Amino acid sequence: MSEHTSRTAQAPAADHSPVGGHSHGTMGQLMIGFGLAAILTIIPFYLVMAEVDMGRTTLIGIIMGLGAVQIIVHLVFFLHVNRGAEEGWTLSASVFSVIILGIVLAGSLWVMHNMNENMMPMHEMDRHIEQMKSLRSQQG
Amino acid sequence: MASEANSPAETFSPIFGRLTLDWIPYHEPILIGTFAGIALGGLILMTLMTYFRLWGPLWSNWVTSVDHKKIGIMYMVLGFVMMVRGFADALMMRAQQAMAAGGAEGYLPPHHYDQVFTAHGVIMIFFVAMPFVTGVMNYVMPLQIGARDVAFPFLNNFSFWMTVAGALLVNVSLFVGEFARVGWLAFPPLSGASYSTGPGMDYYLWALQIAGVGTTLSGINLIATILKMRAPGMKLFDMPIFTWTALVTNVLIVAAFPVLTATLALLTLDRYLGFHFFTNDFGGNAMMYINLIWIWGHPEVYILIIPCFGIISEIVSTFSGKPIFGYRTMVWATACIMVLSFVVWLHHFFTMGSGASVNTFFGITTMIIAVPTGVKIFNWLFTMYKGRVRFELPMLWAVGFLVTFTIGGMTGVMLAIPPVDFQLHNTLFLIAHFHNVIIGGVVFAIYAGVVYWWPKAFGFKLNETWGRRAFWGWFIGFYVAFMPLYALGLMGVTRRMNSYPDAGWQPYFIVAAIGAVIILLGILSTFVCFYVSIRDRKALAVGNDPWDARTLEWATQSPPAPYNFPHDIEVVGREAFWRMKRHGFAWSTDYAPIHMPKGTATGVILSAVAFVFGFAMVWYVWWLAALTFVAMIAIGIGHTFNYNRDYDIPVDEVRRTEAKGALA
Amino acid sequence: MSTVTASADKRIVEPMADAPMHHIREATPHETDHQHRSPTAIGFWIYLMSDCIIFGSLFATYAVLGYGYAGGPAPADLFEPGFVAVETALLLFSSITFGLAMLRADKRDTCGALVWLAVTAVFGAGFIGMELYEFNHLIHIGAGPDRSAFLSAFFALVGTHGLHVTGGLIWLITLMVQIGMHGLIPANMQRLGTLSMFWHFLDLVWIGVFSFVYLVRLV
Repeated sequence: MSEHTSRTAQAPAADHSPVGGHSHGTMGQLMIGFGLAAILTIIPFYLVMAEVDMGRTTLIGIIMGLGAVQIIVHLVFFLHVNRGAEEGWTLSASVFSVIILGIVLAGSLWVMHNMNENMMPMHEMDRHIEQMKSLRSQQG
Repeated sequence: MASEANSPAETFSPIFGRLTLDWIPYHEPILIGTFAGIALGGLILMTLMTYFRLWGPLWSNWVTSVDHKKIGIMYMVLGFVMMVRGFADALMMRAQQAMAAGGAEGYLPPHHYDQVFTAHGVIMIFFVAMPFVTGVMNYVMPLQIGARDVAFPFLNNFSFWMTVAGALLVNVSLFVGEFARVGWLAFPPLSGASYSTGPGMDYYLWALQIAGVGTTLSGINLIATILKMRAPGMKLFDMPIFTWTALVTNVLIVAAFPVLTATLALLTLDRYLGFHFFTNDFGGNAMMYINLIWIWGHPEVYILIIPCFGIISEIVSTFSGKPIFGYRTMVWATACIMVLSFVVWLHHFFTMGSGASVNTFFGITTMIIAVPTGVKIFNWLFTMYKGRVRFELPMLWAVGFLVTFTIGGMTGVMLAIPPVDFQLHNTLFLIAHFHNVIIGGVVFAIYAGVVYWWPKAFGFKLNETWGRRAFWGWFIGFYVAFMPLYALGLMGVTRRMNSYPDAGWQPYFIVAAIGAVIILLGILSTFVCFYVSIRDRKALAVGNDPWDARTLEWATQSPPAPYNFPHDIEVVGREAFWRMKRHGFAWSTDYAPIHMPKGTATGVILSAVAFVFGFAMVWYVWWLAALTFVAMIAIGIGHTFNYNRDYDIPVDEVRRTEAKGALA
Repeated sequence: MSTVTASADKRIVEPMADAPMHHIREATPHETDHQHRSPTAIGFWIYLMSDCIIFGSLFATYAVLGYGYAGGPAPADLFEPGFVAVETALLLFSSITFGLAMLRADKRDTCGALVWLAVTAVFGAGFIGMELYEFNHLIHIGAGPDRSAFLSAFFALVGTHGLHVTGGLIWLITLMVQIGMHGLIPANMQRLGTLSMFWHFLDLVWIGVFSFVYLVRLV
């Protein structure tokens, strides 16, 4: 879907790269990104596969934290999100998305956790209904 | 479910899937009558079109057009047509409830009644309100920012036709099979495979998924337009308020609709492949659906109302002859609503049982979101204060909006108090509340927008007399139809009742039915108004700026040329056109060729195939579904092999077009 | 109806001598792409953000329903960290090779770009192959998506990611054909840039998948 309306007249197809003002980075950036991503991938896999003796919560925290750092690495070194790209709109859009994702994830967990605490779980409710039905059929 | 008795037996054949002749409702006189009426009307229309040789122009000037103005108008046509369908459902419900008291059964059996209220909700939200707001944004926003078209013109055409494909799928369910009987948000487990066995629920899912693709793409398109296509010099805080609201709305669309897409996809997996997201057994949890769908659902109501705030802002400012009061607070209020609308969703299910702390949090956020909305109301009032207010048609609707929407907003704040909500949840009080904000807010504002921008789109004003009749029909009809529902809701009357035992409620329902008939008069007046105005268009013809307005769309011809503006406009500050008028501006005649996108049939063809795909999935016609799915991908890829998508409008043609406009 | 102002009809064909003309700007070719560059990059980024929220909803579903085993197998019974590590490596390598293809393309090296794109496609296909193998294996041992809410959420999330990668592969091959036909013309460069964003984005989502879906549940 690459078409767009050129706003002004006599727009010859501009022959400069990178087109669209989107930076494709340099070899250096790519390799730094690769190195960081590799390290940030190997550590969590090692922690799990070597069954390192650490607290469960600590381990989960480390894995999730490293994942978050690696996402930032990818954004910066592979997707070239920075304040300059597209007048900062890619950065703003990313920040907004992270906020919405946080709301959806944390909100769902909080709401559903509280509901599960307070209410009878579905399958148990089903069992109760079945019991009531069988009681009723015995009576009738 | 009792209604299963009415459904044909489940059969499956490799060629027709589960579609059999028994699914054609030829034994239901109401449906046969409707079908005959539509078929006859369609036949007459097609004959006339053939007679006047209009098929070619329709195809090349409208169907395949990528012009944002034409697509905007087509969205509005879709909205009005579907409004007639949705309103017919409303009349049927009002008639049923006016009759079915104290043991009487009325004329609609539950099986049919449940489909009617589901279809009414789905149609009014997805295929009336959404096309209306998208249509107005599509038409007005690019003109307001001085652009020639949207960022992705082909995508715009495709989005529109996907919406149409979804709408068609809902309407086909009327004559082939049935529609869902689950309420407009289709909560499982009722909407799951065990309790909704027929094709109705699948029509719901595929119609919304197909239309949802269009809505999301249109949202992306309009955001990119606002970010990248503004006239030179127009800073963000120079944009007209309507453009701001369009930006915020489309951000909400892009952020919220994916949640709907995902949620409906999960329900589809439950129904088609035996997954266990929302089932009662195997660890599923139906409440998760309710949680997810409202994460979309609450931003959705703001998606509908925020552009309406923009429309009202433009109209109030124009007809008060003043700049909008508190431009910056208006923008910030809109931005606050954008974020806050994502943290209030639980107020739709306080009674689900998440407990006091969760309910308190969401009750408070809901009350907070009323604050920026209140800011806007006061801004409009202060804009009118000491202004020379002209009570023309758009302003009439705007004032109707202000009064009615404020009342609806306040009943909403009542519902935001969890203990009150425990009493009123799923009662007619809720029904009255959201109709109060959707009719009083969205419908009134869209009408205001239609009468306001009609002269821009067509070059003549709407007939004043019939316009006023339409307003009073809607305005009075709304109050007569919905105030009784507030009272009934306070008495504890629940929604979606096919019949009720207490005959004491019947008078209220009869009054509500009378209100619906008054609204019908308003709707009929609308169409008479369109007809009379088009008939008398010579007498009603006006110039480019009939309302003495302030924003850029009024700087160009009425109706605007395909390229919108003969030159780029260098914008300095807010209310660009007002400033230009004061300086006595004129377009230079030194034209240059204008670069524009070509029309294409790919959008409509892809959507037609998507429609067939949806139909095949509904009826389990697997071979056709596979075929159309592959076809969609192939057509999409084929389209990318066409690199020749733009053309230049030569100087001569620009000169001719501009000269014609100057004479008109 | 009396408020129609005269201003509307003042738009005359000849420019007025004393009117300040700074409002109306002549279109000159030099200014063309300066302020209004193509909206494709930002438009596609916004699409990616919306896709990101689809994945977010699926992650949320996995987070909430991921413990609904319904007496069936749990993550420890099913997930092989070594297998996931290889999948992760394939996807990360494909990201790097796509980056190399972009660098070649920036240097106008059509042949080099096509070679790296082909390598990317091979890595991507390897990833998809492994995922299909895993799904097939799980269904075979009775741990299909209809077994429990946990497995439903797992298959939906990982499957959606796999479908995206498959779509990316189809797009990649299409674009290789188009580059073969027309070379690295601006339109194709733009498409390449867009696909590059898509491809890196899918690798980014996979970080969430291997951390949150697999590793954390094996601790």
